[in-house]
Amino acid sequence: MEGKQYKSIWKNKMFQSLAASLLSIAIGLLVGFLALLIINPSGAWQGITTIIKNFFYYPSAAARLKYFGSTLVKTAPLLMCSLSVLFAYKVGLFNIGAAGQYVIGAGACLYCALALNLHWSVCLIAAIAAGALLGAVSGALKAYLNVNEVISCIMLNWISLYLVNMLLNNVKEVASPYTLPIGSASPGSVLPTLGLNKFFSNNYVTIAIPLAMVVAVLIWILLEKTKLGYELKATGFNKFAAKYAGMKQKRNLILTMVIAGGLAGMGAGLLYLTGFEQWQCTQSSVPAMGFNGIAAAFLGGLHPIGTVFSSYFIQHITNGGAYLDKSMYSAQISDFISALIIYLCGFVLFFKQFMNARAAKLEEKQRTSAPAADSPAPPDGGTEEGGEK
Amino acid sequence: MLLLIQYTLMFACVLVLVALGGCFSEHSGVINIGLEGIMVMGALGGALMMRSLPGDAPALAIILLTILAAVVVGAAYSLLLAVAAIHFKADQTLVGTALNLLGTAAATVIVKALNSSVDSSNVSSTVQYIEQKKAFLLNIGSFEFCWFMPLAVAALVCSYIVLYKTRFGLRLMACGEHPQAADSVGISVYKMRYAGVLISGVLGGLGGIVYITTGVSEWKFEYGVAGFGFLALAVMIFGQWRPTRIALAALLFGLFRALSNVYTGFDLLRGLPIPSAVYNMLPYIVSLVVLAFTSGKSRAPKAEGVPYDKGLR
Repeated sequence: MEGKQYKSIWKNKMFQSLAASLLSIAIGLLVGFLALLIINPSGAWQGITTIIKNFFYYPSAAARLKYFGSTLVKTAPLLMCSLSVLFAYKVGLFNIGAAGQYVIGAGACLYCALALNLHWSVCLIAAIAAGALLGAVSGALKAYLNVNEVISCIMLNWISLYLVNMLLNNVKEVASPYTLPIGSASPGSVLPTLGLNKFFSNNYVTIAIPLAMVVAVLIWILLEKTKLGYELKATGFNKFAAKYAGMKQKRNLILTMVIAGGLAGMGAGLLYLTGFEQWQCTQSSVPAMGFNGIAAAFLGGLHPIGTVFSSYFIQHITNGGAYLDKSMYSAQISDFISALIIYLCGFVLFFKQFMNARAAKLEEKQRTSAPAADSPAPPDGGTEEGGEK
Repeated sequence: MLLLIQYTLMFACVLVLVALGGCFSEHSGVINIGLEGIMVMGALGGALMMRSLPGDAPALAIILLTILAAVVVGAAYSLLLAVAAIHFKADQTLVGTALNLLGTAAATVIVKALNSSVDSSNVSSTVQYIEQKKAFLLNIGSFEFCWFMPLAVAALVCSYIVLYKTRFGLRLMACGEHPQAADSVGISVYKMRYAGVLISGVLGGLGGIVYITTGVSEWKFEYGVAGFGFLALAVMIFGQWRPTRIALAALLFGLFRALSNVYTGFDLLRGLPIPSAVYNMLPYIVSLVVLAFTSGKSRAPKAEGVPYDKGLR
């Protein structure tokens, strides 16, 4: 009886994931702090608190709300990218191509908006379709020609970057390498705000944010509550068993990459159709958004709802990095910390094993000491722990 | 034309070195996606060493110290992968990806910190090594011979001999094919895997320093190494994990990569209505096509990517 109580704390899957993620964050921040200490000890404490504070940097509540809005604007695409990575990972694929699918999505929606002046819904669908198409290429290469999806995705990342640079060169400002501002060039293509902009007093806060959250819930439902989700997960778990059970393994593989690609492409639409950022047509490296999506997916314990929080956290510290005193530290410290957190996420399995071992040890202790007393546990204690489960 | 050959050879050198690194790691059973990050760190070590040396130091000293720095930093960095993948049974693809991101971020942070500590107004992530780089070059007519070329050939020959003709190499490959069987005859799988990953760190770091001295005399570390680590992985797969084939694959990929640098020198190519972005894309497109045709009958080490668990015999 008492043994079961302990089991419910240490063996609870949710608790384990949460503890492992928090531990990764704590160690990541600690190492980041050490790096700041080494670079310049005098401002290190202030530096790390600046990163953690982000918009709390501003004294007035209105300004805080405004910059909270800015963080949210960039959280939406990050959430979509992390959902893309998560979805593919559940089916046994490592979608490092979220970065490229994001890029091609950005290219598609900006071109539809700036060159063709289409309605925002069409632009968003174009972004989703472009990402899905790129995902389908990786999926088909994997399914029919056995090309490792990681390598093909990386190649496609670079190909799509150059392709999009070339495409958007047609709609860029004359004097700068940036694309035309979408708000003035094509107002109909900007995502509607539904009054959110007034609440945050930030014009870039649009339906993108609630939309991304809705998609997170939909992905959770798709994975956990539908037949298709079950089939996809089964394919990822053991493709031979899935095939033996009559599931179309190749179709599932491609479908997964299509959905994952669509998610990442939509992420780009949710950012670039707000007008918050313009595409730089001379960009020579793939945007970090897709790679940060990997961090958010794993930090969120590979759970769609968990990624909502982890995406926000990653974006929070990334934005926080921008407030660092540039004469002392570079903003890349935030990238450094999020990369460290991804690295530490690799140890999550070990953390969990450690917790399981600890649970087993505690149980063992209980068992050896309990029989002597042989007294049943108080019933209310049992229900309490049950509730946590 | 001479320029094209020169660039092809230089890029092929980088690809051979890094792909051989990946080859050692994968033959021991550890997938090394993190080669890109290892290259960045190796390049960083080498570049900082070059910058700290006086430009008029003896050429041999510059060459040896730079190579030493690149190799040591690359190997040390690869330990991060080794520890996570071998002892903690981490997902190797995830850790490798983390190494790539960490490599670029850490290199940028370090270089910016060093630059601004010398001159507080300098917040760029660029390292210059104009004078020191000359130690590596030897002009034969108009052909710039570089000491890294014979080095890459030596690495190739050594790799072939080590992998196929020594006890160590054969044992290493056994750990990548069937670690349980290797363990049962007394080979320490953990040690062999550490060796494999460390060798890939050495070769990856070396590849990194070769890459950033190819045609340029300064490097902006914010850019990392522009996907070269992944091109090397494609070379390795195309080369079917065998040193001799890897060398041929590297020459082919090097040619396409060089073409994007020097195509403007050819009247024929410049006349064609092809935008420069297409030449930039070429190496990646070619590798994708090549992979599509060669991956079907892949000869990858059987146990790669699977953490070794002694209990699963």
